[in-house]
Amino acid sequence: MNDEREPDTVRLTPEEEAARKRRNLAIALGLGAFIVLIFLVTMVRLTTSWNTGVTG
Amino acid sequence: MTGPAIRLGEGGATDAAPPEPSLAGAAAPAVGGIGDYIALMKPRVMALVVFTGLAGLVAAPVAMHPLAAAVAILCIAIGAGAAGAFNMAYDGDIDAVMKRTRRRPVPTGRIPASEAYAFAGVMSLASVLLMALAANYVAAGLLAFSIFFYCVIYTMWLKRSTPQNIVIGGAAGAFPPVIGWAAATGSVSLDALILFAIIFLWTPPHSWALALYKSGDYAAAGVPMMPVARGAGSTRFQILVYTGLYLAATAGPLATGLGGWIYAAAMVGGGALFALLAVRVYLSKAGETASAEDALYAVRAGDKSARDLFAYSIAHLALLFAALLAEHGAGAHVALPGLAG
Repeated sequence: MNDEREPDTVRLTPEEEAARKRRNLAIALGLGAFIVLIFLVTMVRLTTSWNTGVTG
Repeated sequence: MTGPAIRLGEGGATDAAPPEPSLAGAAAPAVGGIGDYIALMKPRVMALVVFTGLAGLVAAPVAMHPLAAAVAILCIAIGAGAAGAFNMAYDGDIDAVMKRTRRRPVPTGRIPASEAYAFAGVMSLASVLLMALAANYVAAGLLAFSIFFYCVIYTMWLKRSTPQNIVIGGAAGAFPPVIGWAAATGSVSLDALILFAIIFLWTPPHSWALALYKSGDYAAAGVPMMPVARGAGSTRFQILVYTGLYLAATAGPLATGLGGWIYAAAMVGGGALFALLAVRVYLSKAGETASAEDALYAVRAGDKSARDLFAYSIAHLALLFAALLAEHGAGAHVALPGLAG
């Protein structure tokens, strides 16, 4: 028996790989933007709370 | 539910569908591009949603921090886009049948329905969480409910089961100004509800005008839009009735003092033309032949009045909310004498 069969995997074309890279980059940028937004909004809320004297 | 992977070479615009590469006969790419994901969020619909949401936020009597306000509007946009993505994922099968929508990312196979669902879920969650942080829980709750309403009540239930689909489902599109208002004030007032009513009553004449000249598409897909289920004549009459209700609702902001002179001018002038176009549709034979041209605004000669009403209805709603934006955003609000405000 020939046990040297190739594993059953999906091979992407160069075009598909490029598209996947672009999508991964977009996801990374989106996540980064989300984190930055969370940080900025938190800062805004903190400073607003301090300015109005709200605690807790 | 997955849409069949078809590839069509004909031209024709869709709801912001990206340009089709000339790959007729070739296999669809396995991984969709960035443009496909943007198309998935229905950017044209998103633009009107953002505009009305912004008007609600600006017209509210409480000023938000500019950054928090910008994030709140971003959340409304992302939430609307997420709902649009879910709608495209679920409707991949009927989108593949309709000429206007068959080149969308899901029916063409550029984005698998499972990915579109995941995309919609992540974006929904992110928009609601961010809204809760940037604004308040009332706005976040309303945003979550509007996404749920559009995805489950409209897309999964009403759209394929009743000709009243867009009448009830129109509520989903009416939420943005209420969400904007709630983001600023933390509550929902009569003024916010009037803005809701305006969009809610605007939806039937707007959507049915489109359905009249795309009825062939809806019939082929088995979607019971009013012209398909009740006929063109009944639809034209109902457009006239809902136009009357809509125009009456547009007077609401004047009664409460939310709208001033600019709004009044937009309401009277724009409303008169809206009524004229609706009467023109009523007197026409629009929708008598089950047409379904490819492009959104492409139309057969007999259906032109319906296409004109569809196009103008968007402009009219934008005009009303632009008037509110100008009055409250640029400090140009002068209430009419003898009215509240």
